[in-house]
Formats: sequence, structure tokens, C-alpha cells
Amino acid sequence: MSSPVEALVNREYKYGFVTDIEQDTAAVGLSEDTVRFISKRKNEPEWLLEWRLKAYRRWLTMTHEPTWANIHHEPIDYQAISYYSAPKSQKPLGSLDEVDPKLLETYAKLGIPLSEQKLLAGVAVDAIFDSVSVGTTFKATLAKSGVIFCSFGEAVQEHPELVQKYLGSVVPASDNFFAALNAAVFSDGSFVYIPKGVRCPMELSTYFRINAANTGQFERTLIVADEGAHVSYLEGCTAPKRDENQLHAAVVELVALDGATIKYSTVQNWYAGDENGVGGIYNFVTKRGKAMRGSKISWTQVETGSAITWKYPSVILQGDDSIGEFYSVAVVNGMQQADTGTKMIHIGARTKSTVVSKGISAGRGQNSYRGQVKMLPKAHGSRNYTQCDSMLIGNRCGAHTFPYIDVQNSTSDVEHEASTSKIGEDQIFYCKQRGMNTENAISVIVNGFCKEVFRELPMEFAVEAQKLLGISLEGSVG
Amino acid sequence: MALLEITDLHATAGDTEILKGISLSIGAGEVHAIMGPNGSGKSTLAQVLAGHPAYTVTSGTVTFDGKDLLDMETEERAHAGMFLAFQYPVEIPGVTNAYFLRPSYNAIQKARGLEELDPMEFLDLLEERLKLVEWGPEIMERAVNFGFSGGEKKRNEILQMAVLEPRLAVLDETDSGLDIDALRIVAKGVNALRRPDSATLLVTHYQRLLDYIVPDRVHVLAGGRIVKSGGKELALELEARGYEWLTGEAGAA
Repeated sequence: MSSPVEALVNREYKYGFVTDIEQDTAAVGLSEDTVRFISKRKNEPEWLLEWRLKAYRRWLTMTHEPTWANIHHEPIDYQAISYYSAPKSQKPLGSLDEVDPKLLETYAKLGIPLSEQKLLAGVAVDAIFDSVSVGTTFKATLAKSGVIFCSFGEAVQEHPELVQKYLGSVVPASDNFFAALNAAVFSDGSFVYIPKGVRCPMELSTYFRINAANTGQFERTLIVADEGAHVSYLEGCTAPKRDENQLHAAVVELVALDGATIKYSTVQNWYAGDENGVGGIYNFVTKRGKAMRGSKISWTQVETGSAITWKYPSVILQGDDSIGEFYSVAVVNGMQQADTGTKMIHIGARTKSTVVSKGISAGRGQNSYRGQVKMLPKAHGSRNYTQCDSMLIGNRCGAHTFPYIDVQNSTSDVEHEASTSKIGEDQIFYCKQRGMNTENAISVIVNGFCKEVFRELPMEFAVEAQKLLGISLEGSVG
Repeated sequence: MALLEITDLHATAGDTEILKGISLSIGAGEVHAIMGPNGSGKSTLAQVLAGHPAYTVTSGTVTFDGKDLLDMETEERAHAGMFLAFQYPVEIPGVTNAYFLRPSYNAIQKARGLEELDPMEFLDLLEERLKLVEWGPEIMERAVNFGFSGGEKKRNEILQMAVLEPRLAVLDETDSGLDIDALRIVAKGVNALRRPDSATLLVTHYQRLLDYIVPDRVHVLAGGRIVKSGGKELALELEARGYEWLTGEAGAA
């Protein structure tokens, strides 16, 4: 009898199809001309082009990617990538009715119908296809509450004052190698503004789809919740199955002004490559929020895809009494590598942060938690609680934990708990003896392990995430 | 016809033959006890009946309720009504007892063509079964066997048995590590769950358990074979004389 925990991997990635659509793609390679090309295509104002060029020049001085992460890959040839690709049929700012039927079909196949009648009630969607937004739903409904939810490109045209005020205010263009690259070549993304005191009447969501080959996706999301505002935002991602690695270097900036709440949830399911590590997305993402007085920023992420994940959704707890949260499930299977975690930077007094990280490693996957908690001198009476649990499935995977704790005052508390466990054949046998089949057994064990994170997700997403986890680990036991 | 019919069963773990020809017949409504020294193959027999992947059946047959038990997957045996109370119940951190038992219960119900229960209905069922092991509802929110004492783990096995209502309960040294109160609760549970159409196989070292759960038949396992069978008085004799006089007969070490 084959051992259930030995025969690893071989799952189907059901979002691996390619949409056959004519695309307008920039020539391969990166130079100032590429940056100008993108900016021109998007009809951007001069200040934004200047901002991009400054970022590009800064990026040129950064000779290589950060090397501190526990990930390994061949050098990325930035001149071999195309930095812009858009469906040809896509008119700028086109209404949903004008969206190419092929695109609608693509999203329907992904389970994201873009027709408002068919959508989940209460969820507005911005659909990003390669470099551009192809449509945003429920814009009119949202506008009634004063909520702005549109593509980044549209925001630049329609609300330049807001974009200019907040762009780069949390993640400066010079922040790191990938953030600088993104600032130079970002093509689209979502923009959200919730006015003072408004509780956004529906969940907002962006669905990112990479389609074109040899292109990178560099989107930028900016969410501003004005004083006392409240918003819950969801993000999902998929890409076709390809033998080449594709680069995804996104930036997300959250601004929570006094008393505001931003809840940001991600279900990341980029193509992970095959069981030998061929293909898959390189996901190098900078996500950060700035929390002003009495505000709250909460990140929840379920990461199951990508060949490489490099991602640390962070919160700068700038205002007194602000709150930061990070709930994460990261799954690696096959040859996937994940180096993910968070930074909680406590600046204000009585600030609080909670970190719950669940790492699951199967196949030959390597999963690293990397977290920084910093209490600055004026963060009097602040608290952090970190819980970091790892689960191993099989004998060839790895789990690693890299906590960094820096406390610069004497009145703050920092707590870090960590555990590592292994799904044993004994656990599976036990579940089977009670009547469950192997897949159910793994799902029960893994979902139990991830429960604290899943309950932070909005309902529809929680169900989706549980299913996704099942698919990701399918075949991880034989 | 017997509910469980084991005929000349041989099984190995790796290259080592552990069961060397076991034959045993248990009728509906009966309680049998298997006793014997350490290493005689008692627990192996229990694990083989449940289909543990570490063991390979090399020859012999096992018929359960007229069906070929050895041809079934572990979960199919559970669906058919076979339950193993583990000698070492497995811990599953993060998974509450309630969360663990409902999919188990529903998988078995479904396989039998019976109604599956939603979480609310299932909680009602659980609350009722908890009484049997003298536990309050708070146990349902604790992770399966995680941080349980040895006695609590065994009690939890009986709770699971009470929920899943097996037709054949194999209790693998459920009495070991129990204090007298826990032993009483466990025995009470097992006795309460006896039905005319179900059977119980007790695997135990000690006669003590058999004061509480009275067996119809007692078998002595030594060196992978049943070397002696008798009525409940055999257990008392073993208590008094030990196993040596029998293991000598079997020619085992």
C-alpha cells in the first residue's frame, strides 16, 4: 500500500487557460522610452510621468533584487519582459456593455461574472486583465454614497488631486527594488476613496488576471479611507499555465485616516508552476498601510499560488491608539517557495497589533515566515501579539521562521508564539477510521489549522478559500 | 452466521510476520475479549481489522456482515460499521471535536443512505451522547485529543463510538492508563452501546476491565496465534496464573 503522505503533488490548476484575444503589447525591454510609452498610452499628466521617470532612475541605481529572502531563482532578465499589454478592443473608460465578449467570457470562466445582475449581491468588482482594467461594476451605486471605486488609470484622469496627494505616501517609489520598478512601469490597478464618515455599502473587489505571455503585471492599488470611513476590500488573482516564469510586482498602499477602518483580504492563486518547478508566477509584492489616530488596518491573506511569493503586508501604526492586524495562510506545494509575513511598526502610543500566520508546506515546497515588530520610543503602552504556526505534509518540504523584534521603550509588550506540527499518516488514518476519505481528512486537518485566519475573511471568500486550499493540496497525499 | 468471521489470518509488518493464522468468529450481540502478553499481536489484529497501511495481509479472510472486509478501504470499513477505539488516540490540533465528528458522522450516514445532519442538528445529537461519558458541552470546543490526559483521550474514543454507533467496536487497550473512575465511565459507555445486532471485541492486558464489561468469550493470543479460548472464567485463570503456561504451549518466546 502506498503511504498517504509520500506520493506527493500533481494537482490540476483549473485557471490555467489562455484567452485568445488580440493584444496591444509594448516591445520587450525596459528603458526610459518604455516608461514614456506606458505613460503616453495612459494619457497621463506630466507630473505622473516625472514621478515614474524619477522612480525608474532610482531603480537603475539599485543593482539587484533584495537578497535577504529565503528564496532561490535564476536571475530575472528585466530586458526580456514586456511591460505593457492590453486587449486591443479595450476602449479607455469603456462602460461594461462595451467590454469585449471574449473578456466577459474569460471572467465568467474564472467564476467572476461581470454583469451586475449575475454578481454576488453586495460585491463590486474591478477586473484587471494584464495591464488594464476592463471594467468596474456597481460604480453608479457606489457613487451615490460618494465612494470612488475605479481603475487607477481612470482615477488619474478623474481625481488627479486625490491620486497626487496619496500616491507614494505609504510606499515611496524608492522603497525597494520591486516598488521602484512598479512605480516606473505600473500600468493599472484599482483606486478606492471612501469619504469622511461613510461606511462603504458593499464589499469592493479587484480580480487580477495575467493573460499575455512574456509580460509582467505591475499594478498599483491605492485605497484611502477618510476620517471615520469603513471599507472591506477583496483581491483575487489567477494566470495561465506557462513554462516560463512571469513577473508580478505590485504595490498596494492603504491610507486609513483618523478613526477609519480598512479590511483588505487577498486570495492569491497565481499559477504555481508544475511539480518540477517549471513555470509559475514570481510574485514580488509590496503592501503597506498607514494607520492614523484610532484607525484600524487589517490584512488577511490566503496565498496558495505563485512559484515564488515575496510579500509582507505591513502596517505603520502612526497615530495613537491605532490597530494593525495580519492574518495569513500560506501554502506551498510542489516546488513553490514563499517568504512572507508582515511588519508592524508602532510609532503612536497605545497602538496594538496582532499577527497570526499559518504556513503549510507540502511536496518540496519551502515556506518562510518573516515578521518584524518594531516599538519606537514614543509607542508607549503598545502591544503586539504574534502567533506563527507551521504545518508540514510529507518529508521533503520545509518551514522556516524569521522573527525580528525591536523594542525601544520600556512600556510596550511584545509576545511571540510559534509552533510546528506535521500531518501524520496517523492523523489521516484516524480520520479515515472515523469514516472520512483521504481528501476530507486533509481538508479537516488543514482547515482546523487555518481556522483563525479563515474566520477573518468575508463569508463568500472564506468558502472560496477553503475550496482553494483543498485544490492546492490535492495530490499532496496519495 | 457470525457478524465477524476471521479465518486463518496472516499479516506482516515489513518483513516480519506478526499474525500467524488467526481464526475467530464473533456473533451479533456478543462481547469477546482478546488477551495476551506484550508483542503477541493483539494490537496488530485490531489495526489490521481497521486497515492500517503499515500492515499487509498475506493470507486468510475476514468477513464482516457477509462482506469481504479486507477488500474495503479503511473509510469503507467505517461506513460498514467497524469502529476502532485506538490504543493511542491521535491528536489533531486546531480541529475541535465537534468539527471533527460531524464529517465523520455524515460520511457514515451518507454511505448508509441515511440523512446527514446540519451543524445545529448535530450539536443536539452530540449533547445527548455526551451524557453517556459524563462530559459537559465544553469538550466539543476542545481540539481532538489535543492536550487531553490519557484518561480523557480514552473517554473521547468512547464518545466518538457513541456518536458513530458502530456494529463492530474494537477496543484496543482502552482500559490501559485509566484510573478507576474513568474505567467505570468507559465501561458504562461500552455497555450502554451494546445492541443485539452489534458486537464488541475487547483487546486488553488485564482482567480488570472484564469485571465491568463481561465477555461471552475470552481468547488468548500468543506468538500471533490464538492459543486458548474459553468463557469469562478463563480471564480469571489468566489473572491468577499469568500467560507463561500458555505461551509455553504455543512455543513462542
